[in-house]
Amino acid sequence: MSNLPEQTNGYAQLASDVLARAKQCGATEADIVVADGETFSVQVRVGAVDRLSKAREKRLGLRVFVGKRSATTSTSDFSIDSLHRLVDETCTLAKAVVPDDVSGLPEASQMAASWPDLDLYDSTKLGTDQQIDLAKRAESAALSADPRLTNSEGSDFDSSSGRVVLANSHGFVGEYRSTSFSMSVSPIATDTATGGMQRDAWYEVQRKFSRMSSPESIGQEAARRTLRRLGARKVSTKRVPVVFDQDMAASLLGNLCSAISGYALYKRASFLLDQLGNRIASEHLTVYDDGRMDGGLGSRPFDGEGLATRKNTIVERGVLKSYLLDSYSGKKLGLPSTGNASRSVGESPSVGPTNFYLAPGTKTVQEMVGSVKDGLYVTELIGFGINMVTGDYSRGASGFWIENGELAYPVEEITIAGNLKQMFTDIEMVGSDLVFRSRIASPSLKLSELMVAGN
Amino acid sequence: MADPGQLAQFGMTDLEVFHALDRLNVRDVDYADLYFESRVSESVSMEEGIVKRASKSISQGVGVRATAGEKTGFAYSDELTKKDLEIAADTARYIANSPKGDRSLPVPTQRRPTRDLYPIERAKAEVATADRVALLNAIDAEARRYDPRIKNVLASFNTEYKVVAVATSDGTLIGDVQPLSRLQITCIAEENGNRQVGSFGGGGRVGFAFYQEENRHLEYAREAAREAILNLSAVDAPAGVMPVVLGGGWPGILLHEAIGHGLESDFNRKKTSAFSNLIGKRVASDVCTIVDDGTLPFRRGSLNMDDEGTPTGRTVLIEKGILRGYITDKLNARLMGIPLTGNGRRESYQSIVLPRMTNTFMLAGESDPDDIVKSVKRGLYAVSFGGGQVDITSGKFVFSASEAYLIEDGKITKPVKGATLIGNGPEILTKVSMVGHDLKLDNGIGTCGKDGQSVPVGVGLPTLKIDEITVGGTQRS
Repeated sequence: MSNLPEQTNGYAQLASDVLARAKQCGATEADIVVADGETFSVQVRVGAVDRLSKAREKRLGLRVFVGKRSATTSTSDFSIDSLHRLVDETCTLAKAVVPDDVSGLPEASQMAASWPDLDLYDSTKLGTDQQIDLAKRAESAALSADPRLTNSEGSDFDSSSGRVVLANSHGFVGEYRSTSFSMSVSPIATDTATGGMQRDAWYEVQRKFSRMSSPESIGQEAARRTLRRLGARKVSTKRVPVVFDQDMAASLLGNLCSAISGYALYKRASFLLDQLGNRIASEHLTVYDDGRMDGGLGSRPFDGEGLATRKNTIVERGVLKSYLLDSYSGKKLGLPSTGNASRSVGESPSVGPTNFYLAPGTKTVQEMVGSVKDGLYVTELIGFGINMVTGDYSRGASGFWIENGELAYPVEEITIAGNLKQMFTDIEMVGSDLVFRSRIASPSLKLSELMVAGN
Repeated sequence: MADPGQLAQFGMTDLEVFHALDRLNVRDVDYADLYFESRVSESVSMEEGIVKRASKSISQGVGVRATAGEKTGFAYSDELTKKDLEIAADTARYIANSPKGDRSLPVPTQRRPTRDLYPIERAKAEVATADRVALLNAIDAEARRYDPRIKNVLASFNTEYKVVAVATSDGTLIGDVQPLSRLQITCIAEENGNRQVGSFGGGGRVGFAFYQEENRHLEYAREAAREAILNLSAVDAPAGVMPVVLGGGWPGILLHEAIGHGLESDFNRKKTSAFSNLIGKRVASDVCTIVDDGTLPFRRGSLNMDDEGTPTGRTVLIEKGILRGYITDKLNARLMGIPLTGNGRRESYQSIVLPRMTNTFMLAGESDPDDIVKSVKRGLYAVSFGGGQVDITSGKFVFSASEAYLIEDGKITKPVKGATLIGNGPEILTKVSMVGHDLKLDNGIGTCGKDGQSVPVGVGLPTLKIDEITVGGTQRS
């Protein structure tokens, strides 16, 4: 991957031009975000390159306030004429909407003044052939693991490098660069008896190439996960204890994260309204959101409004200690921002997690599974059956049936259902196996009871 | 239609585009194309009774692709200069890694789509922000008027105006103008601490006037409010295997998840689909005939041409229960030696072409919808759904009801909370025993995700009965 040109000064100048133009058009405040980057992606399937893609891209997002009215626009065309037209249109658009009392930039005094290097950027350059080779090795390790692994959805290697510049009419200018490397393998196994097929996958994402596991180990794990699904069957409908593996536990934690977003709360579209300071989960649950983890997949030095990120305690021994807020949703709820403004280029800020994780407990997966006489170990969930307003939860599941503390056989075509409010309370064991595989991470969890629907 | 096929609006000449295609003309490249796209998206949204947000996004770029055997090389650029095209072409042909071919390329000839399924003049597609604000205000008032227990109304109106041109190594230069809009409303109802949500929306390749004709916007508002109020009295959903009656229209998401994805030709070429090798075999009961049709005027999933310049068509997927065909793009049709169906679609110039659905629906049957409900002793009647998902390889799919009722002794009784339904794609339609004569297409809100790419789609269904499917509620039935 080639270096990005050192254009920051150019972007800072561009930002200041655009902000000046916005002021001329009647904007009382404005901010601008510029993102650019390069991406490379290769997919190898059954030993040969299936797809190779490469691109550079850039986008600029502008938000203006005309008094208490605001509008947001974005473009990929950076020519000065086109940007001036965009500024004019943005101001016209803002004047057409209704004033919103709490709208506006955060106070100038809240802007981050300095920030540490969070080690998000890796200058390693990988050649095209090298990246193809990594994907080939991962897939080959998977397919050679067992003769029942007969096919593949492919193996992907992706790398990207990008930069974000944020500037606003308070004079704030911030910039950071980051990189990302990811590898995934999806083998397919065929059941020789029935001809039925199963797919699973394994993946890894890192900001530093040197931290990637070997392609062979990723391929072997993908093979193991796929093979163990062969022969999956349905089970009968019953209420049982359920153990969530790390990734499924993280998806549950993601539901908590959505429910405490300031936007869901002030719109009254969350099942966790007015719960600050209350017990919302079992005492085994302690959750942090840490924007400053070195090399973290969700780390950023400042948030989407230019406020310093930090480590917030979200849930402490089951008690809800903090929502996730930006300045707008904070004002709606009468609370200060938690530094969680998330800004995608074309939209006004919303709220997003940084590194949102559940503190590890002491149990091993074996201890959790071992404690279950008759129950489910869930390794995949599909579908969108989650009602964030009520907490009602019903999703398609697959995994393994637990009999007398052992994984007995694979299961599929079943659902698990409950209500998230109760589910967080019903967490009775927290694993020790926390690994940061994405920006929301959790150790394995055991819930005392959920409804499993099958035959 | 605004000069489809004209490259001038992208600042390119025919000659420059031909040179870029010729650069891709190396020995092992079977096919190459350039896809130029310019898109303007606009959105206004309201909550808490005020239209707070307005946004506009402009993007333009070119995607350059070459295929050699099963390989695809792809690059894209948001700069449209001769040099950027050359760099992209060099990247795309990297997969072929072969010397200059000795064929000469046909010079692309300008074509226009032979029909216009969505004739909307730009002038009519573009409306003053004030009019869109007024539309949302009327919706808010209507939903709150419907019932005082409606405590918040979230509404958004989105429009997109896309101009595309495709130049291909098989000698075509063709363009299209593709308008798209959608109105989406969510209501939150509250009563004694019980809060519930209801949603409704609609749209298509239609202009602003569509929403005010017959006061559709107000009807949508009432529907969203009605669903939220209804859910205030919903009881827990049952769990286990039972007969399920699906209402017409949007419940057609069943077809999209259970069989549609499994019939996309890429999965079948790679033999990773649960439907691989099932052409000519029975995969549904004989009351089921299912088509994918991209040619329905003004529909959200319709296109004059797909993103490879192929006219869209009507493809019979399942005929009286027998699997007849797959949906294809150029790469997969060529590799499999099967007909090209005009289903090559991409989210934008930044994404590669994949075989994707357009409007997927089941043809009307002969049963009376009331008789279908009456035939069920104890089961579920589901009329509205959230999203769905499928595991192509195992065939297991889910879709989640957002408005459903119990059927007891042939009568629709209590509303139940949302629940996910789970089944096996190649099996589920064999359990369809009755199909109503009331085919309905959805209102135009569907978005399909595949490989991280979202494209607008439509679905449709007559009322139908599935003799047994697993319902993922919380109450033992």
